[in-house]
Amino acid sequence: MNICYPPDTITTIGLGSCVGIAIRDVTTKVGGLVHIMLPDSTMVKSNQNLAKFADTGIKELVLKLESLGCSRQHMVAKIAGGAQMFAFQNKTELTGIGAQNTEASKVALRGLGIPIIAEDVGANYGRTVIFNPENGAYEVRAVGKDIRTI
Amino acid sequence: MSDITINNMSDQYFDVLKEIGNIGAGNATTALSQMLNTKVDMKVPQVRLMEFKEVGTTMGGEEQIVAGIYLVVEGDITGSIMFMQKKESARNMVSKLMGKELAGEDFTDMELSALKEIGNIITGAYLNSLSTLTNLTIYPSVPEICIDMAGAILSVPAIEFGTIADKLLLIKTEFTDDVDLSGYFILVPDEESYGKILHSLGF
Repeated sequence: MNICYPPDTITTIGLGSCVGIAIRDVTTKVGGLVHIMLPDSTMVKSNQNLAKFADTGIKELVLKLESLGCSRQHMVAKIAGGAQMFAFQNKTELTGIGAQNTEASKVALRGLGIPIIAEDVGANYGRTVIFNPENGAYEVRAVGKDIRTI
Repeated sequence: MSDITINNMSDQYFDVLKEIGNIGAGNATTALSQMLNTKVDMKVPQVRLMEFKEVGTTMGGEEQIVAGIYLVVEGDITGSIMFMQKKESARNMVSKLMGKELAGEDFTDMELSALKEIGNIITGAYLNSLSTLTNLTIYPSVPEICIDMAGAILSVPAIEFGTIADKLLLIKTEFTDDVDLSGYFILVPDEESYGKILHSLGF
């Protein structure tokens, strides 16, 4: 989890079934990005690392932004990731973990009252994301694909 | 004994897992040599317990394009095993197996299938030695392959592993011939399986 001020940007390399949630306060232009790996911290024993889970990680990021003078009413979110890298993954007990991460992220954001204004989720390829809090541009790069800005 | 986890493992237990890694990698090399029908040298495998975020760096950066062959393991122990190679090494391997230079940048379906089979045989040899040493029954699933950024592929075992710990056992095996064929095993047994493996070895 990282916070950033313009003109800096935040990069997360190689999101697979993880989801990268970028939140930005449109008035202060302070932004943050959290990279979650699992949907639910209550399902896991070793859950000390709050940033790892959708339910706790997103909340932590919002609290952090608020502590820096951002206001929840002015926050908007963009999400990317949540792919299914291997075809058989949905047969294991971790049923489509990418989709679960995406869904859990949406639920968490809804619960905090933060709208999702753009997303690039699902499919079967990894993504590298670059978030620019200045204008809220969220750049998504993937192997063999054109760069997409959402 | 089931209370041994990867986070509280002593050096002695770690050495055991390391040795299994060595033997497994040795058998995998033999299998590879038979399959390619040539002499394949191997360097002493490096076995390390490391955090997930370090693995990408070890493989040449999280954006390094790699081929990952992933199998789920069931039976007496459960978990997953992955064999990863840099794209270039994977191409060298397939080209050796098929006895021709690969055309184009991407793998064809046939080449992907060949690569899957290589992964299957190598991980099979590894699991075989683990099974023989421990007397545990291990059934591997059909392998699945993915070619993408190292970081993205690693997130798959990382997530399965993330539910129990932040570290994993990485075995780097360098197969050498005239070209680089090195690959990495990532072994991800679930929580109880570490205890079971060590227990069956008399610990």
